[in-house]
Amino acid sequence: MQIEKALDPVEALKGAHPEIVQDTHFFRDETTIIVAPKDIVTAARYMRDTPGLLYNYLSDISAVDYYPEYNRPGRFGVSYHLYSMLYSRRIRLKVFVQEDEPVVPTLTVLWGAANWLEREIYDMMGIRFEGHPDMRRVLMPDDWNGHPQRRDYPLGYETVMFSFNYDQISKHKPYAKE
Amino acid sequence: MGVVSSKLGNLGVVTTTLDTAVNWARTGAMWPLLFGLACCAIEMMATQASNYDLSRFGMELNRASPRQSDLIIIAGRVSRKMAPVVRQLYDQMASPRYVLSMGDCASCSGVYNNYALVQGVDEIIPVDVYVAGCPPRPEQLIHGILTLHERVRGEHLNEWVVEGAR
Amino acid sequence: MAISNISRPPENAIAQEPTWEGSVEELRGLVSERALTGETMLLNLGPHHPSTHGVLRLLLELDGEEIVTCLPDVGYLHTGIEKTIESKTYEKAVTCTDRMDYLAPMSNNMVFCLAVEKLGDIDVPERAQIIRVICMELTRLNSHLVWLGTHALDLGAMSVFLYCFREREIILDMFEMLSGQRLMTSYIRPGGVWRDLPPEFLPALEKFVEIFPRRVDDYESVLTDNPIWKDRTEGIGVVEPEEALALGMSGPSLRGSGVNWDIRKAMPYSGYEQYEFNVPLGDHGDVYDRFWVRIQEMRESIKIIQQAMKRLPKSGPFRSNNRKFVPPPRAELGRSMEAVIHHFKLWTEGFSLPDEEVYVAIESPRGEIGCYLHGTGGNKPRRVHFKTPSFMHISALAKIAPGHMIADLVGIIGSVDIVLGDSDR
Repeated sequence: MQIEKALDPVEALKGAHPEIVQDTHFFRDETTIIVAPKDIVTAARYMRDTPGLLYNYLSDISAVDYYPEYNRPGRFGVSYHLYSMLYSRRIRLKVFVQEDEPVVPTLTVLWGAANWLEREIYDMMGIRFEGHPDMRRVLMPDDWNGHPQRRDYPLGYETVMFSFNYDQISKHKPYAKE
Repeated sequence: MGVVSSKLGNLGVVTTTLDTAVNWARTGAMWPLLFGLACCAIEMMATQASNYDLSRFGMELNRASPRQSDLIIIAGRVSRKMAPVVRQLYDQMASPRYVLSMGDCASCSGVYNNYALVQGVDEIIPVDVYVAGCPPRPEQLIHGILTLHERVRGEHLNEWVVEGAR
Repeated sequence: MAISNISRPPENAIAQEPTWEGSVEELRGLVSERALTGETMLLNLGPHHPSTHGVLRLLLELDGEEIVTCLPDVGYLHTGIEKTIESKTYEKAVTCTDRMDYLAPMSNNMVFCLAVEKLGDIDVPERAQIIRVICMELTRLNSHLVWLGTHALDLGAMSVFLYCFREREIILDMFEMLSGQRLMTSYIRPGGVWRDLPPEFLPALEKFVEIFPRRVDDYESVLTDNPIWKDRTEGIGVVEPEEALALGMSGPSLRGSGVNWDIRKAMPYSGYEQYEFNVPLGDHGDVYDRFWVRIQEMRESIKIIQQAMKRLPKSGPFRSNNRKFVPPPRAELGRSMEAVIHHFKLWTEGFSLPDEEVYVAIESPRGEIGCYLHGTGGNKPRRVHFKTPSFMHISALAKIAPGHMIADLVGIIGSVDIVLGDSDR
């Protein structure tokens, strides 16, 4: 079976869909292609199906919160990490999401693995994925309010109990009576 | 048992012998509930396996049902989603029941001082013995169990209450 | 929802109609239509169960004994490790990562340290790389032994559990020699390892490597050709290769279906390209093949450890000398002012990493564990996300389980090798 020669992913994507590539970024041998949220399915499908690219494994979907520095175009960034089994290389597709409208199209149409990864991002960051078959919380209890991984969500730190503040803290701690 | 203590109230040597006999029976075969949450569960399994054998203390049999067990070893971190489950299991256990909180996360939430964990399982259920360590060595867990046995041996008949026993 | 009269409380017992929270209506769309009419039964293989490995809740829709739908529910062990790491410096965060996948703690350390080293461009000396390889393979053996013990215990072979834990005690003694802790060692730090190998470590390792292949033969003699074992595991939980890739499976669960992907060979890290080892593959993708793949992996790990021991230089630095990231040894503090300054800076504030993102993945015993690290330019990370294999495998259970019986489901969960700390972080 003829193995196609590996193509340069950035050039190939720019050649086929020039209007969706917003920016590219190279850091420590990793390639990042930044696209708009509405184009992510097209870009990922192109990456998966084109001979010469064949990024057929979805490794990870991660979300970042750029609060309070806001030094990126958008409060949240969602990174899709793809891996090509045949050419043994990785690529990252990144999407910046605005704070007031955190909606991104889902990738479950391409990979079943995206299902729970996107649920976790909804749970932790509050970014909705439209078209997702099962948009529920996965790690926190179903009736939890808030999205814990956001940087303005408090850690929930409890003052550490030492012997000098033992009585003070014990008074407020909800011990089980029986 | 209120009946027994009221009838035998002043027969000192009979009640103390009865105390000893009952507590000996309880400590001799205290069956733990098969309940492991996180990393401490692996050390609990290692304590029950060949090198540090727990069956020499009568605990080789882990019961899966809370109704049939005497001891619940909270081995691991209790998250907020799991807390109602732990409470329900504790409520379903029949008295006499004992709680051993194994490890730092169960005793005081250990390394994790955050939104997701119950800060020490004694916020939900009353604990008899705390075993420190992250995870505690099998020897530490055995020391905790023996401390619990000593505590059980010190219990007296006329301290038992029938309704709402510990 | 139709309730029979037996379960309904008597007429005058309570004043008003009880409202059923969590009625089947909430699950419309997730379970099949037959559950809503009561034709199939909904059973909770609840968080507390003897054979789910940890606190996993599976909501099963059963037609008799056969599973129609399987809905996994995780989060009962969610610890907020990722958010906790955001409030700690990079060196302190290594101890937090230990406790995610608690059966293979050094691989969690390793993936986080590789991400920190990639982001900060920190070099790792050769002796440290080889020590790391030895630790990773011992961790792999550790994890596979627990997997084998619990998997066999679930399916009825109880003595294998005791044999595996006996071997495991030898490995844990070696970990204790290295770092003082049996399980959560935090031995692998950014830049190398925490301290050099103690003198009693290598003789103990040689003795272990000598006896272990015979022990693997013992386990194989009990299980591999056992007709009861084969009956319970062959043909169960078959996953086709394309479906496994689409579902995000990795590691031995993927290699059992025949897909040849091992990150140690495909994208080698820490010097793995210098070692010769085979990658066992299965044919059918059933429970038996995944079991067989892991047993062979145990043998390959022993080969790697033997090669690493030969390759280990007699002496050399065990941690990077880059004083911007790695604190100096205490002996140097008496002689050099820069050492004191570096020591002070690193232990109070910690080192800083640029405002960029990296993704590093390694082959943990369960599969591909990946660490996505985004720095701030300061001493604490902006975001750490771990993509853990157990999370993906539990979601894959929803596709593998239907059509089997509950007793087979226990075998499938065991073969897929999930650890709930890994999945819930």
